[in-house]
Parts: sequence; C-alpha cells; structure tokens
Amino acid sequence: MSVILILIITSIIVALLFLGAFYWAVKSGQYDDTYSPSVRMLFEEKKSKKSKSETHGV
Amino acid sequence: MSIIREPKSIDNTSKCYHCGDACISDKIVSDEKDFCCQGCKTVYEILNENELCAYYDLEESPGLTLKDADEKSIYDFLDNQAIKSKMLDFSGDHHEKVTFSVPSIHCSSCIWLLENLDRLNDAVIDSKVDFSHKTVTVHYNPEVLSLRTLAEILDSIGYAPLINLDDNGDKKREEETYDRQLIIKMGVAGFCFGNIMLLSFPDYLGLTGIEQTYQSFFRYLNVLLALPVVFYAGADYFVSAFKSIRQRYANIDIPIALGVSVLFLRSFYEVAWGIGPGYFDSLVGLIFYLLIGKWFQNKTYRSMSFDRDYKSYFPLAVLKSEAADLVSTQVTELKRGDEIAMRNGEIIPADAILIDNEAAIDYSFITGESEAVQQTKGDYLYAGGCHTGPMARMIVQKEVSQSYLTRLWNDEAFNDGAESRSIIDRISKYFTLIIIGIAVLAGVYWQLTDPANTWLVFTAVLIVACPCALALVTPFTSGSVMRVLGRNRFYLKNAAVVEKFSSIDSVVFDKTGTITHTTNKAVSFSGEALTDQEKALVLPIVTGSTHPLSRLIKNFLGETREKYQPESYTELPGKGIEATVAGVRILLGSSSFVGENSSQVPGLTKVYLKIGERLRGSFSIKSQYRPGIETCIQELGREYGLAVLSGDNNNEAGALKQFFPADTSMKFNQSPESKLQEVKGMQEQGHAVVMLGDGLNDAGALKQSDIGIAVTEDIAAFSPASDAILEASALSKLNQLLSFGKSSRKVIWASFVLSFLYNVVGISLAVIGVFTPLIAAILMPLSSISVVFFTTFGVHLLAKKFKLS
Repeated sequence: MSVILILIITSIIVALLFLGAFYWAVKSGQYDDTYSPSVRMLFEEKKSKKSKSETHGV
Repeated sequence: MSIIREPKSIDNTSKCYHCGDACISDKIVSDEKDFCCQGCKTVYEILNENELCAYYDLEESPGLTLKDADEKSIYDFLDNQAIKSKMLDFSGDHHEKVTFSVPSIHCSSCIWLLENLDRLNDAVIDSKVDFSHKTVTVHYNPEVLSLRTLAEILDSIGYAPLINLDDNGDKKREEETYDRQLIIKMGVAGFCFGNIMLLSFPDYLGLTGIEQTYQSFFRYLNVLLALPVVFYAGADYFVSAFKSIRQRYANIDIPIALGVSVLFLRSFYEVAWGIGPGYFDSLVGLIFYLLIGKWFQNKTYRSMSFDRDYKSYFPLAVLKSEAADLVSTQVTELKRGDEIAMRNGEIIPADAILIDNEAAIDYSFITGESEAVQQTKGDYLYAGGCHTGPMARMIVQKEVSQSYLTRLWNDEAFNDGAESRSIIDRISKYFTLIIIGIAVLAGVYWQLTDPANTWLVFTAVLIVACPCALALVTPFTSGSVMRVLGRNRFYLKNAAVVEKFSSIDSVVFDKTGTITHTTNKAVSFSGEALTDQEKALVLPIVTGSTHPLSRLIKNFLGETREKYQPESYTELPGKGIEATVAGVRILLGSSSFVGENSSQVPGLTKVYLKIGERLRGSFSIKSQYRPGIETCIQELGREYGLAVLSGDNNNEAGALKQFFPADTSMKFNQSPESKLQEVKGMQEQGHAVVMLGDGLNDAGALKQSDIGIAVTEDIAAFSPASDAILEASALSKLNQLLSFGKSSRKVIWASFVLSFLYNVVGISLAVIGVFTPLIAAILMPLSSISVVFFTTFGVHLLAKKFKLS
C-alpha cells in the first residue's frame, strides 16, 4: 500500500510542474491576448527582411 | 472623427470594396472595384502598391469608411521630445519601441495589416497587435523613421492612433498585472480544487482496516493544498472585508471572508484532532467559483474602454510662437499670455482671444450643434472649439486647467465618487447579522441541551449559509445582461449600472445628435432644378469653404464633369460667399446677403444662391430624425416622463411636439451647465433620470443623471464619459432595452430567493443537528452551480421576451 504514498506524491509533484509552467505562461504574457495568436498562425509566412527590402524599397 | 454609416437601403447600390458601405453620392471606380469615397480608395491604393491586398482576402470589406475623415489629423506634436519620451516603451540608438492604442482594430484583417507594417515602410522592424487591448506595438529604426511619420502612416491606412498620455502610463500596466494575477489565482485555485477533490474521495467512500493508516496523510495533504487557496487566491476577499469593517460598512465580502475563515478553521480543527476530513473541497471550490465569476464579469466589459474623459478630445501639443518661430509645446505648459497658432481641424486647448482678423470655430464638441461660429479679431474663444480654415493666431487667456471646459468637468457631479450601494451590499449587511444571530442562538440552544453538538451546529450553520450562491448572483446576472445588451449595441460601463435600471422613471433627450442626425441632414433645393453647368459653377465655391453647411451642399451637388477654379473668392463671416467662376458672379449665403426677404421656416436652415443677377433658389437643410425615433418615443412616453434639453434654438419645437407626449417639458438654448442643473432639479423632485446625449455639452448632465447614455454613431469614435454607450442605430430599441434592464432585477431577486431557499433548508438541517459533511459538500457547489444556471437561463428568457437578440 505504501506505493500509494509514492504515487500520490509523484503525481502532485508532476502536477506542480505544470502549475509552474502555467505560472510562467501567464507571466510571460501568453494569456494577455488570446485572440490574435489564433489568427496569426494562419497568416502566410513573412518574407525575410532582406529579400523584402530588395523587392519593395519605399 | 466620427464614422458615419449611411443607410444601406439605397437603390442600385454597390458596396465599397474597402469598408463595405453603400456607395451613394460619388461612387469612385478604380481597378474595377467600387469605393464609397476618396479616403477608402487611397487606402486601397497604398495597400495595392505594397502588395498588401491579402488584407481584403481575410475578411470581406474589412476597412472603416474614411468618408468623414477629410481633414487629416495632425501628429507633429510627436516631434516634441517630452511627449515622445512619455510615449516610447523603449528607446535606443537604432531601435525605438512604441505602443499605440488603435480603437479601430476589429478583425483578423486588421491584425494582418498592422503586423505587416514593415512592408509599408522599411524602417519598421517589427509590429505586433494585441487584439484584446486594441493596441499595436511597433519596433522601428528612429534614424530613418520618426514617431510622427509612423503615426501618419497608421493614419493614412485608416488606423488612426488614439494618443492620450494618461492612457499610456501606469494605469494600463496596472490593469495588465491585475488581469494576470487573477488568471494565476484562478489557476492555483483550480489546481488545488481538483487535487483536493481527488484526495477527499477515500474519506467519502469510507476507509476500512489497513487503509485507515493513510487517512491522516490524505487529510494533511488537503490542508497543505488549501493553504495557497485561502491565503493567496482568496486574499482579496479578506483585504476587502477588512477595509469595509474599518469603514464601518458591511459589504458582501464580509460574509465571504467569514465563511471562508470559519470553514478553514473548522476543517483544520477537524483534521488536527482527527475528528473528520473537514470541508476543504467545498472551501476551495467556493473560492474557485468566485474567482471565475469575477473573471467572467471583467471580461464582459473589458472589451470596451469607457475612460475617455475630456482630455482625449484635447490636443496634446499646440504650436506656440516663440521669437518669430512656431514651436510645438505641450498644452499643460501653456501660460496666460502665450501666443498660439491653430491650424485647420485643431481643437482650442484653452480659452483664448483671437488676434487674427477672423476664424470659424466649430463648437460641436461642446454644444453638439454643427454650424461653425464666425469669430472676428478680439473675440473670446472657448476651449474645446474646433478651428476650421486657415491658420489663426490667438492669445491664451486662462491656463488649460481653468478654462470653461475643465471648469464644467470639475463641477461636483464629476467628483462624486460615492456610487450608490449595490443591492447585494445592502442585503449582505442584514444577511451577515442574521446568519451570525442564527448561529449563536442555535449554539446557545445546543449548549443547554446537548453541549457535544454546540460547535458542530454553530459552524455548520455558518458553513451552509456561506453566501457563495448569493455572491455569485449579481456578477453572473449582470454579466449576462451586459452581454445581451452588448449584442444589441448598448454597452454598459459596469455591472453597477444594471442595478440602477430598476428605479428609472424619467428619460431626458438631447436634441441635436441624439434625436436628430448631426451630419446626415437632408438637403433639398427649392426653385428650378440646377443644370449640370450650374452645379459645376457652384461646386468649386463650396469646396473651398470649410463651413459645415458648405460641406453639406457639396455632398448634395455630387461630382460634375466640368471642373472650374474660382477667379475671385471672398467668404464673409456669418453671411456667405461671393465668388466669380468662369466669369459669372455667384452669391451663396443668407437671405439678406443675396438681397432677399424671407420668412423663417421651423426646422429649416436656408442658403440662398444667386447666379449672375438671377436668384436661382435656395438650399434647404433640414435636420433629420433618426429612423424609428417617433414610435420609440411614443412607447417610452407611456412608461416614463420625458423631457428634451437642447442647446439649439426652438425652431423645431413644433415638429417635436407631434410625437412627444403633451406633458413633455422642452427647453431650448440650454448651456451645458443649465442642462446639468435641469437634470439635478428633476432628481431633487424624486425622479430617477436617464439622460441621452451625444456631445461634450451633455457631458455634465450625463454624469449627473442616474444613468447617462452617450449616443454615438460608432463606438470606436470619441464619446463623452458616461455610464453606457448606445450605438445610434439601436436607439429605436431604447424602450425594449430599458425594460429589459429593469426586468433583470427580477432575475436577481428570483435567484436570491432560490439561494435563500437553499440556505433556509440548509440552515434548518444544520440547526436541528442532522447536518453531515457529505450533505454540505454536495449542497454547496450544487447551489452555486444551479444559481449560475438559473440566472443565465433567466436572462436569456427575458431577452427573448423583449425580442432582443
């Protein structure tokens, strides 16, 4: 039965790691704007800065 | 600045490729695409040139119309070092970072375009949109691109940044930290809640034999998991309760804090003495649900920014004369006696005296009335007026903080911080006392009969009566009400406004801009119809004038094939225009100006036209009522006392009386201050007043009234500070919206009754001592969830009843 103790403690430690990841994600601003990333990922890849400035000098 | 949507039911319309509005008067075709105005076409051309037309593929007609944005905003104050340094997030040698607030961000196309700014200008290194906060952060090279040019680029593609130094400072950052903290707290509470539920199972199912050894392990783990929830996630409730006790005033957070601490102490006591598992699952679940309620409520109204005060109308800087040079100076640094130069479209920042010969000042920001006032040398100009025409110089008379406009703002109505206390707070005061009373009485009774049960019963009463359901009622009901109203384009500033609806018995209207359109006035020409040739002669005259009436006539005339340049041109202030076009002398102006006797017609402004020696007729400009306003007012009149307060003359009193009830009080020629006094007077007679207005001239009255509703053509445009914003197109539904708001109180009461029933049943069981932890654990989350479900369902049922979507 003592395996239950080990299992529970391990599972809580793993869960705590995820809570830590969540904390980091919020702190780094990933929850500030939940709409634009969902749209942004569908945009076409931007051309690299260099090749762009050759073709579109303003 | 305001963006007007024209009625869409015009024959053979084609939709503007850029903004999707109907092309009415002057359709412009370019690249086989239709545009409603020059502005939209220009934006398209800029985007087309830079291969950014994917903008139009993501969403159909994503742009905003630029029909009314004929005057370009001026951004040269961004060259001022002091202002610039306040704006910038980061400043280095080759890098500068700035965050602009752009209210017109509204769809995925906007995000795409603004994140591809580097294709428009090479100096832009990177740009990123925050959709929720409607901001764009641009990282650029300051050696090539100035902040001012950057703002101008944004303006040129229809995303004019809203620059207000107060906004860019600490407040936004504070809001951001608060948001993040709330999410983290929810995360922590949710994490602990889930784990505690799992760890409580063994105790619920009953442990036998060898399993008993682990019992205290599970229980102490629960204690450990509950600690961060009570002392971190729930800390706000303790702080708020503590503050309210210090102010000797019971708010809803006191019973919550009391309930939480009793639950925690009681559970801890049970675990420490090995009596039972405690109520950690209920405790943590309660805090978790409360946090979700709070988050839900925040999210509902965070999408709208209401904190635009008079400062957002103001220029940040003006050109000041300094030793023959014009220097851009912050308005706050202006002193009495400074000479300033105003350009076309700028707003006068402080009361001043004109020293140039003449200027036209459009006071529509203050008065809501759109006709410009002609001023001559030596006239006193009030702050808030918008200067139209060539550059004019003036001497500042008062510092910005002392001018007419700010004085209006500093009136006590604006400093009234004490909001009316919400229903929930009033109830909770008694609730707390009654619950404590019942708990004590039950405790005393059991002490006398069976002392073993005393503490069990005392705590059980407090636990079961814990106001979780009660505390959730208001946020969830108001949240749902605000969502329904928002879908119907009526946006409330906060949840407290919902509770105020119930007492409303009077509705006060501003006239111009509220009942009538400010800009969409009907122009007609009386006399023999003008030929194309004649139109071509008149057009260059009205085009050259900045007078609002000229602009209306210009729109009325439309485009002509032949174009002329006037050979001579004189605009006489307050009279009219005298010009020679293609050798023909033309007079356009008031009846006396063209030498004609006329009679005043109510509701009509007439502009006479004389071509050569022949009087051709007159343009009649009639203010137009908003569609559906008549029926709406008749419906409102049956339920509410109505009143009209107008800053305009009483030309239209007759027309208004046709659809307003006979007992409506109508006052004209009202100053902003007298409007405020008028509303105050009604309140002193015991009325609860809803005020609808649009201009800054209503701002005082809006603030004074119980619910101030700003009527606006577009919610992204400027509107005075108010309790709610109503999109003009939804004005005809005002009666339904108000009734819905009123009835939402019934949902709140019904939910209160429901949660009280739970409490009565729970407390009775607790008092007679049959309460077990299992029942408490089931009943408490169940009551919260059912109350949440009930309010949401009730609000939607009400919305259906009032035919709101």
